[in-house]
Amino acid sequence: MATPQDISKPATTPEVAVRRKPARAPSAAPIPEIMKQGPLVPWLYLLPALLVMAFFIVYPMINTISLSFQNKDGTASAATTCREGQPCWGVLENYRYALTAEFNTSSPGAFWSSFWSSSYGNTIKWIVVMVFGTVSVGLAFAVLADRVKYEALAKAILFMPMAISFVGAGVIWKFVYDYGTSQSQIGLLNAIITSLGGRPVAWLSTTPINTFMIVLVGIWIWSGFCMTILAAALKSVPDEILEAARVDGATEWTVFWRIMVPIILPTITVVVTTMVINVLKLFDLVYVMTGGNFETDVIANRMYTEMYKNFNVGRGTAVAVILVLAIIPFIYFNIKRFLEQEASR
Amino acid sequence: MNRDRVNKLLNKIPTHVIIILTMLIWIVPTVGLLVTSFRPPEAVGNSGWWTVFAPKSTAAGPYITSCADCHGADGKALPQADLSNPDLIAKYPRSLQLLAMLRKPINGQPHMGDHPLPSPQEAADIATFLKEGEQTRSQFTINNYIDALVGYRGQSTYREDCAAGTQPPDLRCNLSDVLNPRGMGRAFVNSLLVTIPATILPILFAAFAGYAFAWLDFKGRFLLFALLVGLQVVPLQMTLVPISRFYAQVGLNGTFLGVWLFHTGFGMPYAIYLMRNFLGTLPKDLFESAYLDGASHWSAFRQLVIPLAMPAIASLGIFQFLWVWNDLLVSLVFLGGTNPVMTYQISNMVTSLGSGWQVLTAAAFLSMLLPMIVFFSLQRFFVRGMLAGAVKG
Repeated sequence: MATPQDISKPATTPEVAVRRKPARAPSAAPIPEIMKQGPLVPWLYLLPALLVMAFFIVYPMINTISLSFQNKDGTASAATTCREGQPCWGVLENYRYALTAEFNTSSPGAFWSSFWSSSYGNTIKWIVVMVFGTVSVGLAFAVLADRVKYEALAKAILFMPMAISFVGAGVIWKFVYDYGTSQSQIGLLNAIITSLGGRPVAWLSTTPINTFMIVLVGIWIWSGFCMTILAAALKSVPDEILEAARVDGATEWTVFWRIMVPIILPTITVVVTTMVINVLKLFDLVYVMTGGNFETDVIANRMYTEMYKNFNVGRGTAVAVILVLAIIPFIYFNIKRFLEQEASR
Repeated sequence: MNRDRVNKLLNKIPTHVIIILTMLIWIVPTVGLLVTSFRPPEAVGNSGWWTVFAPKSTAAGPYITSCADCHGADGKALPQADLSNPDLIAKYPRSLQLLAMLRKPINGQPHMGDHPLPSPQEAADIATFLKEGEQTRSQFTINNYIDALVGYRGQSTYREDCAAGTQPPDLRCNLSDVLNPRGMGRAFVNSLLVTIPATILPILFAAFAGYAFAWLDFKGRFLLFALLVGLQVVPLQMTLVPISRFYAQVGLNGTFLGVWLFHTGFGMPYAIYLMRNFLGTLPKDLFESAYLDGASHWSAFRQLVIPLAMPAIASLGIFQFLWVWNDLLVSLVFLGGTNPVMTYQISNMVTSLGSGWQVLTAAAFLSMLLPMIVFFSLQRFFVRGMLAGAVKG
C-alpha cells in the first residue's frame, strides 16, 4: 500500500501535474531580506480584496445567522410567531418550520414517504445519484478516451456543457423531455419510446422519476468537469507500473481497479467533495425545469422560495443556515487539504 | 494482415462504441435545440426536429410536373387560385375531390390545358403536398431569432405583424426594437454590461492580494489565507438576504453597480487562491534582482508580476466571465426585471410559458453563443484554471 501512496503525491495537488516546474513554497519560504516592506504596505495591497470580502461574505453570513432567529421581516424575535396550540421551538421557531414543515409525522410510514419527497430527501437523492453519475462517467470516459485517436474531440464534446448556463441546459433538456398530448411527440425521449411501441411519459411531472430526470441534466453538465480533473490525474500515473502489471498478465479491468483507482484516489476524493458542494448549492436547474413543483424541490431552491416568493426573511435565512451547516464539513476538509498541500511543498 | 493486429482492432470496438455513443448523447440535445430554433412555428409543434433530416416527401414530384407551370413553385403564382391558402386547400383533401375539380373547365378551357390529368396516385400525392403546405416548402427560417431579439410575443411573427401593421404596442417596427426591454437584444447588452466589469474588478483586486500573499511579509499571512480557502465554498444563498436588504435601503437594487460589487466579493476567495498559487511559483531571484536594481514593490508589481501573471489572469478571466454570464440567482435577486440579463429572460420565458418552443430555443441559443465562442477559443486556459482551483462557489 505504501507505494501507491507515495506515487499519489502529485495527484493531491492537480496544479502541480499541469505545470512544468514544481511549485516553490510561496508562504513557507522566508521572504528575502531585501524585499521586506514597511508593515503597512502589504495591507494596502490587501485592502480592496479584504473590504469586498468582509462586506459581501463575512458580514452577511453573520447577519444571516441572526436573521434566522427573527420573524418574517426581521423586526422581532422568531418566538413571537408561535401560535397557540401549535408546536413551538421559541427562538428556533424558523428552524422548526424549516426542518419539520415538509414532513408528515402521523405514522412512521407517512413520515418515510414524506421525507423522500421533501427538499431534504430530494437533496440526498441528488447528492447520491449525481455524484456517482458524474464521477463514474467522468472516470470511465477519461480512461477510455485515452485510447482513441479522436481523444481531443471526444473530450471537448463531453466538456462543452460546462460553457452552457444551467438555464440554457434546462431549456435543452426540457425540450428533450417534452410530453405532447397529441399523436406526434416532439420531445426526443418520448418520440423514441412511442416509436418502440411504448406510451409517452410526462417526465417532469411524474413523481418520483422527475427528480432523477433533472439529475440526469446535472450529470450531463458536470461529467466533463470530473473527466478533465480525473484525466489530468491519470496522466500522472507512471506508465512503467501499468506496463509492468500488464506484462505480469493483469487484465485491463484489474489494472484499472487495482492500480489506477488507488493511485488517483486522493483526486477522486477531491472531485467527490467538490461535486457534493456543487449539488448542495444547485438552484438554477430545479428553478427552470419544474420550479420545485411535483415534489422536486431541493434545499437551495426552497431557500429562494421562502425568501423571494413567500417573502419570509426568517424562514429563508433559516434554510440558508441549514444549507451552510451541511457544507461546513467540506469547508473543514478544504482547509485541511490546503494545509497538507502546503506542508508537502 | 497479421492476427495480432486484427485482434487488437476487434478489442477496441467496444471502446469506440461506448465513446461514440456517449458523444452522441452529449451532443444530440444541443443539436435539437439549434435545429428547432431555425424551424417555423407550425413545424415545431407538429413534428420532431429530427424529421428535417428525413428524405423530403416524394409528393413534390407530381406537383412540380403537373401544377408548378401555372401555380408556381410555391403555389402563389395565381392570386385568384393561391395554393398556399389553407382554406382553399381544405376543400380538396383527397385525390377524388382534387381530380373532380381538375376535370372541371375554367373559363371554358380545360383546367390542365394540354397537360394529361394526373393518375389517382399522383393526385393523392399532390393533395398531401398541398396540405403539408408551408412545412414542406420552407423548412427553415430566421424569424425565430428576430422574434427573440425584439421580444415579440404575439401569435404570428414580428415580420408578418409589422408588414400588416398589427404589431403589439411595445414594438415600433424599426431598428429601436432591438433594444426593447422584453427582448434578447437588450438582454444581451445588459449581460455584457454586467459581465465585463464583474470580470475585470475581481481579477484586479485578486492580483493585488495574491501578490501580497505570495511575496510580501505580514503578520497572520498564513492564517488569513487558510481562512480564505474556507470561504471558497460558502454558498451564495448564505449572503443573499442581508445584501438585498442593504441594497434596498441604499437604492442599489436593480442597479449594475450592485451586481458588480456582489460578484466581485463572491469571486474573490477563488481568484486570490489561484493568483497566489500562481505567483508563488515565480522564481525568487527574479524579484531579488529587480529589488537590487532599485525597483519598488509597486514597480515590481506593475512591471514584473502583471506581465508574468498573464496565464493566470487569462484562466481566471474565462472562469469569472462564464460564471457571471451564466449566473441566474444573483441577477434574479438583484436585477430582476429592471435590467434583465439573458438568463433571466429565458427563465422567465420558460416559467411563464408565454412563447413557443421556437422562440425559446432561439433565445437559449443566443445566450449560449458568446460563452461557447469564448470557451472553445480559450479552452486551454479554462482547463488550466479549473485544475488549479478545482473548487469554485
